[in-house]
Amino acid sequence: MERHAICVHEEVCREMKKRDTGLLQDEPLIFEQGGEGRKGYSLPRWDVEEMKPEQFLPTALLREGLEDFPQLSEVDVVRHFTRLSQWNYGVDSGFYPLGSCTMKYNPKVNEEVAKMGGFSNIHPYTPENLSQGILKLMYELQGFLAEITGMDDVTVQPAAGAHGELAGMMMVRACLQSRGEKRKKVLVPDTAHGTNCSTSSVASYQMVEIKSNEKGIVPLEKVAELMDEEVAAIMVTNPNTLGLFEEHLSKIAEIVHRKGGFVYCDGANLNALMGIVKLGDLGVDVIHINLHKTFSTPHGGGGPGAGPVAVKKELAPFLPIPGIEKRGEIYRLNYDRPHSIGKMKAFYGNIGVLIKAYGYILSMGSEGLKRVSEIAVLNANYLMKRLKDHYYLPYDQSCMHECVFTDRVQERFHVSTLDIAKRLIDYGFHPPTIYFPLVVKGALMMEPTETESKENIDRFIETMIEIAKEAEENPDLLREAPQKVKMRRLDEVLAARRPRLRWTQER
Amino acid sequence: MNDFNRYIPHTEEDIQIMLEFVGAKKVEDLFEMIPKEYRLSKPLNLPEPLSEPDLLRHLQGLQSVAYSSFLGAGAYHHFIPSVVPALISRSEFYTAYTPYQPEISQGTLQAIFEYQTLVCQLTGMEVSNASMYDGASSLAEAVLMAERVTKRKKILISEAVHPEYRKVIQTYIDPDQEEIILIPYKKVEGRTDEKRLSDLLDGEVSGVVIQSPNFFGVIEDLHPMADKVHEAGGLMIVGFSEAVAYGILKPPGEEGADIVVGEGQSFGIPLSYGGPYLGIFATREKFVRNMPGRLVGETVDLEGKRGFVLTLATREQHIRRERATSNICTNEGLCALMATIFLSCLGKKGLREMALMNLSKAEYAKKIASQIRGCKLVFSSPTFNEFVLRIQGDPERVLEGLKGKKILGGFTLGRFYPEMKNHLLITVTEMKTKEEIDRWAEVLEKAL
Repeated sequence: MERHAICVHEEVCREMKKRDTGLLQDEPLIFEQGGEGRKGYSLPRWDVEEMKPEQFLPTALLREGLEDFPQLSEVDVVRHFTRLSQWNYGVDSGFYPLGSCTMKYNPKVNEEVAKMGGFSNIHPYTPENLSQGILKLMYELQGFLAEITGMDDVTVQPAAGAHGELAGMMMVRACLQSRGEKRKKVLVPDTAHGTNCSTSSVASYQMVEIKSNEKGIVPLEKVAELMDEEVAAIMVTNPNTLGLFEEHLSKIAEIVHRKGGFVYCDGANLNALMGIVKLGDLGVDVIHINLHKTFSTPHGGGGPGAGPVAVKKELAPFLPIPGIEKRGEIYRLNYDRPHSIGKMKAFYGNIGVLIKAYGYILSMGSEGLKRVSEIAVLNANYLMKRLKDHYYLPYDQSCMHECVFTDRVQERFHVSTLDIAKRLIDYGFHPPTIYFPLVVKGALMMEPTETESKENIDRFIETMIEIAKEAEENPDLLREAPQKVKMRRLDEVLAARRPRLRWTQER
Repeated sequence: MNDFNRYIPHTEEDIQIMLEFVGAKKVEDLFEMIPKEYRLSKPLNLPEPLSEPDLLRHLQGLQSVAYSSFLGAGAYHHFIPSVVPALISRSEFYTAYTPYQPEISQGTLQAIFEYQTLVCQLTGMEVSNASMYDGASSLAEAVLMAERVTKRKKILISEAVHPEYRKVIQTYIDPDQEEIILIPYKKVEGRTDEKRLSDLLDGEVSGVVIQSPNFFGVIEDLHPMADKVHEAGGLMIVGFSEAVAYGILKPPGEEGADIVVGEGQSFGIPLSYGGPYLGIFATREKFVRNMPGRLVGETVDLEGKRGFVLTLATREQHIRRERATSNICTNEGLCALMATIFLSCLGKKGLREMALMNLSKAEYAKKIASQIRGCKLVFSSPTFNEFVLRIQGDPERVLEGLKGKKILGGFTLGRFYPEMKNHLLITVTEMKTKEEIDRWAEVLEKAL
């Protein structure tokens, strides 16, 4: 206790004093701060008798205390998390060309509406006649998403893209079972998202990989060859992870349908297609949509997202319960879906996220969404064409909303994709997606999105060109990057070899 | 110019220059690879775009009106310090992606490391992941993990586990390969029947799922059950939907739990009609490689400075693909941050005090409810902030009566438990004043 009189954590204080780092100052863990008796909260006044838990519960069921929990005043908490936030990079900080993640600007009005008390304070078991507004919102959102994708029915329950995929594949499984069919395999192209592969195995299917062709798309003849009565579905991403449109999708769908299978579409890249083409028209039977990508809801540093699933009529009976329905002028939760796969979540979906996506669609309208896709594709093609003399472009053709380069040119100077990515950080940009898709060695996958102006993209392009020059002339600048950040490169091998996954007192 | 252009910065001139550069005459030319017959010729059938003020007006009109609510059953109305919404509104947090580039994501990474630590401290476990979708899906993932660890296919679940959580588990498992058996609850105590549990346990059981406090608000005696589960070689999975209870309850880790999963919504996350919430997932160190979801670990940078990174990713979908422990990718990061800030504010004393206030107010409500003629407390075991009340008369009619006075008087248990058709589940958190509780009782008495 005596130590507290001077400094709770002398070592931390000493450590901090050593560095004059301006705004990037170090910040100890929340557990390394505060002091006995400090308080950062207040509770409603006690208006009933204060009970001792021992009056009701045997002491064997009670905890001694929350010994290692922090004790901080409110200002301590605010400074701590404010400082942490300053070490982060978000879409609001700058250009974030993370491929396949659609890091577009997140309109502020939608943040405001999701926080409105009449949404944020509603209990999920509120009687339906008192939650008509939110049910209407969900119902209308389902309709908008069905219209945009060209599908018949929608569930907004899944919490993220991968959760939607799982729901979609379970509906496929349930539909096949209802026909008395038990199929074993799912076809997945090598350009698929990693989640597609793991989803198919979580849904108890064996994955069969399809190699994409020299043009970067799924070859029709390969599908024909692999498709048989054992295959439940093909999972395609369109546009695929190379940023290319799957030109043969409608023909692929014909082949798959002829053998009684389903076409699953990963809609993560829907930002390229709104108002241009409906995936449902191309023969897709089931598609998930990432609202936290295409429909501008923020990623939250890793969630929450929302992954609604849209299906054709044939799969509609298998949608999760409850459905959101309209009877006359009344909106209701319908649990009467005897063939439903069941529930994906305890309640009805990530409503806070749905509200933001609904607000976005209403702000844009049909013309606005089409404009989004047009400009997203224009930005990507512009970026691609301007950079292709400086970086190797494995698939040299028009792209959709994103493009994929590699480090093949820079490899000669012993500079890798990782080095290029880290050097971008020194210039104040978020790096692109790296080493993905796996079909391309050393991939740099760039998705500018429609919300980046020409000036921002030009600045990024010029920086990339500068980095290409540096790779040739002064490669150490890249290998040692980033240098102008709070943290230099981190030792990921050490983290995995000797995992320290929480703070403990002893240390 | 259209209002929607506020989110698209391109001028007509920009577009012309860019089109020319890429060798296109008009924007449509960029979509030539899409077969012509599929390209849309007419606009999508969507409402006309709204300006910001019109959008605000429209959404204001969809809001619900607040009632005095005694609803809980897996979603709880607790106090949220203003610090929580203020801090999570920092856009460096909420507009960032998953922290794949650690050098510019230390804020998110350190906060998750703190979250993982808080979860371990709260649950008495050794490792926590960075979050799952919600309590129910977290529990379903725990069931799948128990199967991976034990290589067994039978799961026992207490009937007193939240019925919606059970439904989610049912969805997640493959009925052709896995079997679920329900353990009944004791009709007097409202606790899981540990004798029936013993009878059902055998060498095929991968895991046993017990919720505490359970769906009836009753606190389970976990330790004796955990011992039996371990004797049979299975894993003890402890779930919860009301995390605040652990401000006073013994951590499940000290009661023999192997996996602790639950709903973290009570920690600073608004009700929002059921989501987004926070799936908590914690386990023992020895099972870490079988765990689903992301993990943040401590390491050092080139200069030896402490820093944090995503780690043990070889379990995850983007590396291991079809052999991953789960397909989860995006989780509930911002909700985990809310919980971290909430717990940092409440701290060692506050969480305990909040839990005690819940207990005390619920006990007060129990006392006055038991004095109402036609009402009876059903279960004899201790409860936390929820309890089951049997009422005379049709519960739907009674709740309608309360609703007429702007009170959501409780949850009808008959919806999930046919044998409890005259039973209400009543929830009383610290947010209910004594006056509100008195008025609830008064109106309830009249409505019977």
